[in-house]
Order: sequence, then structure tokens, then C-alpha cells
Amino acid sequence: MTAQESSPVSAGRGEPLVVLKDVQKHFGQLHALKDIDLTVTRGEVVVVIGPSGSGKSTLCRTINRLETIDSGTIMLDGQPLPEEGKELAALRAEVGMVFQSFNLFAHKTILENVTLGPIKVRGMKKADADKRAMELLERVGIAHQAEKYAAQLSGGQQQRVAIARALAMDPKVMLFDEPTSALDPEMIKEVLDVMVDLAEQGMTMVVVTHEMGFARTAADRVVFMADGAIVEENTPEEFFTNPSSDRAKDFLGKILKH
Amino acid sequence: MDPVIDNLDLYWSGFLRSLSIIGWSLVGSLLLGTLIAAFRVSPVASLRAFGSGWVTVVRNCPLTIVLFFMAFGLPELGVNASFYLFGVAGLIIYTSAFVCEAIRSGINSVSAGQAEAARAIGLPFTLTLTQVVLPQALRATVPPLGSVQIAMFKNSAVVGAFGVGGDLYSVGRNLTSAQGFSYIPVLTGVAIGYLVITLAAGALLAVIERKVAIAR
Repeated sequence: MTAQESSPVSAGRGEPLVVLKDVQKHFGQLHALKDIDLTVTRGEVVVVIGPSGSGKSTLCRTINRLETIDSGTIMLDGQPLPEEGKELAALRAEVGMVFQSFNLFAHKTILENVTLGPIKVRGMKKADADKRAMELLERVGIAHQAEKYAAQLSGGQQQRVAIARALAMDPKVMLFDEPTSALDPEMIKEVLDVMVDLAEQGMTMVVVTHEMGFARTAADRVVFMADGAIVEENTPEEFFTNPSSDRAKDFLGKILKH
Repeated sequence: MDPVIDNLDLYWSGFLRSLSIIGWSLVGSLLLGTLIAAFRVSPVASLRAFGSGWVTVVRNCPLTIVLFFMAFGLPELGVNASFYLFGVAGLIIYTSAFVCEAIRSGINSVSAGQAEAARAIGLPFTLTLTQVVLPQALRATVPPLGSVQIAMFKNSAVVGAFGVGGDLYSVGRNLTSAQGFSYIPVLTGVAIGYLVITLAAGALLAVIERKVAIAR
């Protein structure tokens, strides 16, 4: 299978792609995820918001099993998540992930960061991988820095490279775990712009963020979490203007006041 | 220094013998130690248990006991080999525990996010380790690894004393105890032989350290 064939964009829009059923997760005494049921359909952009410690990052990380779950099921494109080994690695190749702390490979150049997965996991030829990587770097506006190392780039640039690195695998879904939380205010926009572009091109996205502006413009659905549970989900319009739960009202009251 | 000069050929052959023990042990202990370190960070619980068991047992046994087990314990189990082979194998096993821990400390110095990012793009465990974690761990690993190996160089004298013979230490012992030369010149010659090896290794280490420091 070539990477292009699995291109998810706009094919089969509306089918369930990520399905979580009755997912439970504990960290010791803490019930980190409670009775999570969530379906993300193909092409959908789901923004997960909620106070710190509400379990949103944990939820995001369970979808490619960087975090294991205690019980329940998670299906990706009709297949249950494998537990370990090669099958799990193969699944992760289909799920792009962008971290709060970028996590670019520090010992590799920007270009090598983007080509590592395609070459080692997909078996792509170096020349092809380089070409594709340069296209992606062009798209996120970092092509002219391809030979630099991560430490030589600003946070916003590093995060855009991290997005390109994830896209290089032609993932079915992209997970964003607070992608702008470690950025200076002026760099947040450049990263959000790339994400909005992606959303407009039909990428399926699960985005954990505190950026309410992004949720309003790009989200198809907002999922509000508190204390490990999904308290409310709705369209951004409905959620922001007319939240139904007290917990959400309280949260929005606090963050929208400033 | 007459005893040294008169026996330069003996010293030279002892030097080469020591170098051969050291060379094989260096390669062997690096490979085995890296493998055990990989076990210790592996997702498979039984491999982790084996790795930590290995380190606990081997690192806490005196080298002489490990060598006794090799040279006299294994033959009782029907395993036979030359003292040289047993000696080198014993030194490899003993040193591997320290190599493992030096490498593991290097691995721990690499932020967990690096391995997570590698797993997130679909790299399996081995590639995550060899492509992302170990190259970065190397920087932090070189100095402690150097100390471990230099200690091994000197432990090669223990192996020599263990019936392997022919190495620098054994040459010194032979010239003094058996041939009656006085200790100070003979041992000075032996010490110089070891110093040549360890100082050269130290210089090489400094070069490697500079190299891995730039590669980032």
C-alpha cells in the first residue's frame, strides 16, 4: 500500500473513524477517564476543551495508545486498537500526533525529522521521501529551514514542522495535544493557521486546546470534559452561546471574562 | 631499567596479549551491554526482569568470582574451552553489567517525549531505540562508558592472572617471581604498558566526545 492510497481527505466523509466505547482509565486512585463514549467521523474536527486535569490530554493519547486504557474499546477505522508490537506500530503510523512540547528529534535535521517515518516505516525511497517532505515543509512555511536542527527554530516553527512530520505519514486522523500551549502568543497564530488549513482540507482532527477562537472557527463539534468525563458535546455555536451544563457555564464564565 | 630493556620482546608480546583481551572484551561488552540495556527498557516485562536480574547479579559479584565460575564452574557442567576464552567471556559478562547501566543512564537523559514522538509516527520499539533514543543517549553515555571501559582494561590483568597468562601482568609476575628480577623496574615497565593503552583510550574518548557533541 502506498501512502497516497490511504489518503483520507474527503473520502467517505461522515463514516465513523474513531470510536471510543465505555472507556475507563485510572491513574492510581484518580479516575482519569470515566465512561467515555465518543465517535469521530471522517473529515470531522472535534475540539476537546475543559479545565486542567479534566482528562482531555489523556483522552487524546489513548487514541494512539500512548496511554493504555483499563477497560472499554477504541476502534480506528473499524479495527480495535492492537495491544502491542508491530500491529500497534502500524496503527500509530495511521494516526498523526502533535504534542504540546513539539518533540522534534533533536539529533536530526528538520528534513530528516519529516522523512524518518516515511523511510523507516513506509519503506519509501529517500529521494521520494525528501520530495514529499519538502512539499509538506513548503505547506507549513518552513521549507527554507530544512537543513537546520530543531533547536535553531522558534517554538512556532518547530510545531509547524511537527505537523508536517505527522502529515508525512498520510494519517487517517490527526491528534493535537494542546499544540499551542507552550507557545508565545505571537506564535500561536502561525500554528493555528496551519491547523485551520488542514481542517478546511477535510482532515479528521481531534484537537485538545484552550484556543476558543480555533474551536469557534474550525470545529465541527466541541467536546467539553470535566473530572474525566464528557459533560457536554455540541456545535461550537451552541456550546459557546448556550452551554447546557453548569460545569460548562462555570468554565466558560471564567475563561471568557478576560 | 635493565630488566625491562633486556626483556622488551616479552613485554611486547605481553602488551599484544593484553590488547587482544581488551579488544575482544571491549567489543563484546559493548554489544552485550547494549542488548541488556535494550532489555531493561523494553516493553516486554520478562525481558526487563531478565535485564535487571543480570545487572543485579553480575554487577554485585566480584570479578574473580565470575571468572571462577567461568573457568571452573562451566567445565563441571561439561562446557570446555581455553582459559583465554573463559577469561575473555568472563570479562565481557562482568563489564556488560556496567555498560548496560551507563547506557541506561544515557537513555534516561533523553526526554520521554522523543520516544513518544517516534512511537507516534509508527516506529516499532527497535527502531525507536536505534533511530531516536540511542543516538541522543550517546552524548550522555560516552563519559561514563569511557570510565567503565578503562576499568575493564585494568581488569584484564585479573584475567591474565587467572591462568590465561602471557599478558602484561603475567609477564611482570613471571619476571619477578620466577626469574627474580627486582620489582620496581619490572612493575614500572608493566605500568607503562597499561598507561599507554589507557592514555590512548582516554585521548580517543575525548575525540569521540567532541564528535557526538557536534552531531546535534
